[in-house]
Amino acid sequence: MSAALATRGLDKSFGSLVVARGIEFSLPHGARYALIGPNGAGKTTLINLITGMLRPDSGEILLGGEPITALPPEKRVSRGLVRTFQINTLFPHLTPLEAVTLAVCEREGVARTWWRRVSAYSGALDEAHGILSSLMLDADCYRPTRELPYGRQRLLEIALALATRPKVLLLDEPAAGVPRDESAELFAAIGNLSRDITVLFIEHDMNLVFRFASRIIVMVGGRVLREGSPDEIAADPRVREVYLGKSHARHG
Amino acid sequence: MSVTAVASPHAYMQAQARWTWIEVAFWLATFLPFWLFPDYLVLASQIAITALFALSLDLILGYAGIVSLGHAAFFGLGAYTAGLVAKHGWGEPVSGLMLGAAVAGLVGYAASLIVSRFRHLALIMITLGMGLLLTELANSLHWLTGGTDGLQGVKMWPIFNKFRFDLYGYTAYSYSLIVLFLCFLVARRIINSPFGLSLRGIRENPLRMPALGASSRSHLRKIYTISAVMAGTAGALLAQTTETVSLEVLGFQRSADVLVILILGGAGRLYGGLIGAIIFMVARDQFSGNTPQFWYFWIGALLVAVVMFLPNGILGGLAKLSSAWRSKA
Repeated sequence: MSAALATRGLDKSFGSLVVARGIEFSLPHGARYALIGPNGAGKTTLINLITGMLRPDSGEILLGGEPITALPPEKRVSRGLVRTFQINTLFPHLTPLEAVTLAVCEREGVARTWWRRVSAYSGALDEAHGILSSLMLDADCYRPTRELPYGRQRLLEIALALATRPKVLLLDEPAAGVPRDESAELFAAIGNLSRDITVLFIEHDMNLVFRFASRIIVMVGGRVLREGSPDEIAADPRVREVYLGKSHARHG
Repeated sequence: MSVTAVASPHAYMQAQARWTWIEVAFWLATFLPFWLFPDYLVLASQIAITALFALSLDLILGYAGIVSLGHAAFFGLGAYTAGLVAKHGWGEPVSGLMLGAAVAGLVGYAASLIVSRFRHLALIMITLGMGLLLTELANSLHWLTGGTDGLQGVKMWPIFNKFRFDLYGYTAYSYSLIVLFLCFLVARRIINSPFGLSLRGIRENPLRMPALGASSRSHLRKIYTISAVMAGTAGALLAQTTETVSLEVLGFQRSADVLVILILGGAGRLYGGLIGAIIFMVARDQFSGNTPQFWYFWIGALLVAVVMFLPNGILGGLAKLSSAWRSKA
């Protein structure tokens, strides 16, 4: 069986600044991968390349074995490759119910319909409400997004992604800016995601990484330094040197 | 708030789209000029036309976030089309109106192929450029449009062979009001539809839309075309009810005025353009008697004040007041 998501030799540079060099990895179906690395390692750039927000200079991206390198971002989404954003990228004046319903309607292809009311689409509304409930956002689903506490907005990021029925979900620092106790809660929600969804997440908190990732990819300077199980990564001297060592030193 | 908090998603969405008593009262009040101001029906008809034009701009600016400084291009296309067919022997109003709307819609669709690719300043410049371009084109096609002399000899037949356009504007206002209301119903249905929801998504965060699998560009092309059709309808109404078309229908001044009207009234609220049109047109009528241009001084002052203190326009300010009132009560 082919991998859920794979890249082959992805290169990208901005002028003389190389942000991705020969990136190759492969996510099996249902896997939970963490993508770690120091700031500026090219983690978000890699997500932008995979989702089509940036065009690679060379290399190939395969979704379920099919090349998607030439597809625009929205086509990749409709094939099941979906991301969330490190900085909240939401609809401030829409309520969570409206926002998630929007995503469901886009997926169902009814978003072009202008002659019927949204309220006529009970199925879409119920599905949206169900997604919000599964992330414990149902109590807030009629409040404008901008009024929600920050942690709830992070959950809504994930709710929006789920509404597209992703096969592969790329989470860019889902707990960025969330206090430590709340971030565990957020990751619990991520841990509860269906095993049909393959997940790759970027995260800086090593406790969360070791708890929720089955495998870890370490990036440094636009390259993949190492890929392995949490134990292998923890034991790797090179990783300790460039990443864990420094970060431990910083925190200590 | 406590009522909606327990509502089902379905009931909540239904409540969003329900007619409120204020809306019903507003539309009933549009009949008042027939009895209260029978001498001002010509003005009332111009207000209805301007309101329709502002509504068309609201669909793209207020709901999809497309800023336009050249929306009069479509108004003018509708006006010239309706005026020309009437001048050349076909004075039937309803078909003329539809023809004007169709021509504006066709050009609007062509323009949307360009417009949907840009945002912000580039968009303002492109729409401005298209407006200027069309004005000069109409000016140079003197044999067709009459150039700066305007289009003369527009003769309208009675509507449905029955309602003659009279000097007092009785027919003109009735006709304009009915067309405005029908277009308003369409606009209202659009904003409460899944398509309308996606438009608001584009306005709120264009970056997120492709990440949800949405094709923003095709949505933008569609609403821009619909908006052009409505603007063309408004223009055709003006040509038919005044039986003349001047270059001014295409001009930059008209594009700027309608933007001011919408911002004053409040964009993204459907009624903002209607309220703005009433205030703007009545104020112009009252203040412009002696010094026709000086009244822009007051409009300028009002515009600055509204944008500073009521960033969501007059309707936005009222909505804030009423919600503050309700939360107190």
